[in-house]
Amino acid sequence: MSSLTLTLIKGAIALNFALVVAAALVYLERRISAWIQYRIGPNRVGPFGLLQPLADVLKLYTKEDIVPYNANKAFHRLAPIISIAVALAVLCVITPASYILLEDGTKLFIAVAPNVNVGFLLILALTSIGVYGITLAGWSSNNKYSLLGGLRSSAQMISYELAMGLAAVAVLMLSESLDMYQIIASQANGRWNIFFQPIGFLIFLVASFAETNRAPFDLPEAEPELVGGYHTEYSGMKFGLFYLAEYANMFTASAVMTTLYLGGYDVPFLPSLLGLQEGTLARVLFELAIFFGKVSVLLFLFIWVRWTLPRFRYDQLMNLGWRVLLPLGLANIIITGAIVFFVR
Amino acid sequence: MNVTTNTRAQRMSFWEKLYLPEIAKGLALTFKTMFKPKLTRQYPEERWEPLGSYRGRPVLVLEEEGERCVACGLCSRVCPALAIEVQAGETEREKERYPVKFEINMLRCIYCGLCEEVCPEEAIVMSKDYDIVFHSQEEAIFGKDKLLVPIARLQERLEFLRQYK
Repeated sequence: MSSLTLTLIKGAIALNFALVVAAALVYLERRISAWIQYRIGPNRVGPFGLLQPLADVLKLYTKEDIVPYNANKAFHRLAPIISIAVALAVLCVITPASYILLEDGTKLFIAVAPNVNVGFLLILALTSIGVYGITLAGWSSNNKYSLLGGLRSSAQMISYELAMGLAAVAVLMLSESLDMYQIIASQANGRWNIFFQPIGFLIFLVASFAETNRAPFDLPEAEPELVGGYHTEYSGMKFGLFYLAEYANMFTASAVMTTLYLGGYDVPFLPSLLGLQEGTLARVLFELAIFFGKVSVLLFLFIWVRWTLPRFRYDQLMNLGWRVLLPLGLANIIITGAIVFFVR
Repeated sequence: MNVTTNTRAQRMSFWEKLYLPEIAKGLALTFKTMFKPKLTRQYPEERWEPLGSYRGRPVLVLEEEGERCVACGLCSRVCPALAIEVQAGETEREKERYPVKFEINMLRCIYCGLCEEVCPEEAIVMSKDYDIVFHSQEEAIFGKDKLLVPIARLQERLEFLRQYK
């Protein structure tokens, strides 16, 4: 099998997996929010209501697609595609497990694009493009609320990207590589970055909430003041794409955090205790389970926080981003740098 | 000057300003809530049984020898939404009059209960039915076939009326 077909197959699996996860997250979000509010949540469609997301998508597909008369049609159509494409493209460098050692001695890497030496940089670059999706959606709708939502979103994402990047720099100092595989390898045997970089993890976590436009940072769509924010003028599956993109973004953000701070697929002692050799299929399945276990904990955190905290006010948001997280991130870099320089 | 200054106790402490412990408290609260009993009623399976004082769909009382109604038309006259139509006819029975036609347009009915209040015979009363659905406007006009309800099923309401009316 040529490496191109292999990559295409892996990419198709990753895409479908991410979309299924996004759909499942919509279900979980509704279920968990219901539990937090003494309710039961959707439980009618299929067993435990598990087919609810399917019904939702079917409904969205059959809905009328309304485009405002004065909207910029091309950009109005392009915006949701950018949003979802960027959210899914990040998956290519995520490394959910190491590799399978084939009979002829070559390594079959599980990541779609393995050993990208600028892996993390690619993620930062791609997530930055995500701003365009939302800003274009707000601008092309020709609606003041959409525009305000888009503006807020671009300001918010640019502010928090900075803090996010700074927090990640400290991690990269420790791992001495941008390759996702190397970053995980540097945290092997329980030397997870969260223990060395608790403040960095916190900054990255908060910034991830802001980057994915999740509560308490969901100002771009703040429904009491902006109707629906950037997606006010979207209907049918175009709205559905924004909706899916939000959850796909959550998934990728959780995967990135797992890679950077929670040791990726690493768990100390257990593989050797279970006798799982590196490079075997069993080991890879075990690693996948560990990786997605950690990711689902973070995903639960995303949903849990949304139904606990109220939304930030706009000035508080900017205050937190520029006056708290940014200096903290800088201090974190300097301290980490000093320790790395003097200790190693 | 009407200026109030924050006392020391009102000001946020260092830990409160840090937000994080407070956020953790909030998260703990919502996490505990997730396992508490739910308040939802699973509607079509679990139905709510209203008390006698509930004003549901107006119905006509059906006794063993027939309906109580004497077709005086007071309900139709008092109805603020003009939902009731009555046509009187003669009968061999002691009460002499009976409704040939008795129709309530359920799209107009506002469940005010004035028909029940004005009825001299206690023949029209509010029932406990609260889920009233129809597929067309014609279907929403309830005739005698749907309105007549055996008296045994209305005992609670009649008792309530005797006590409080």
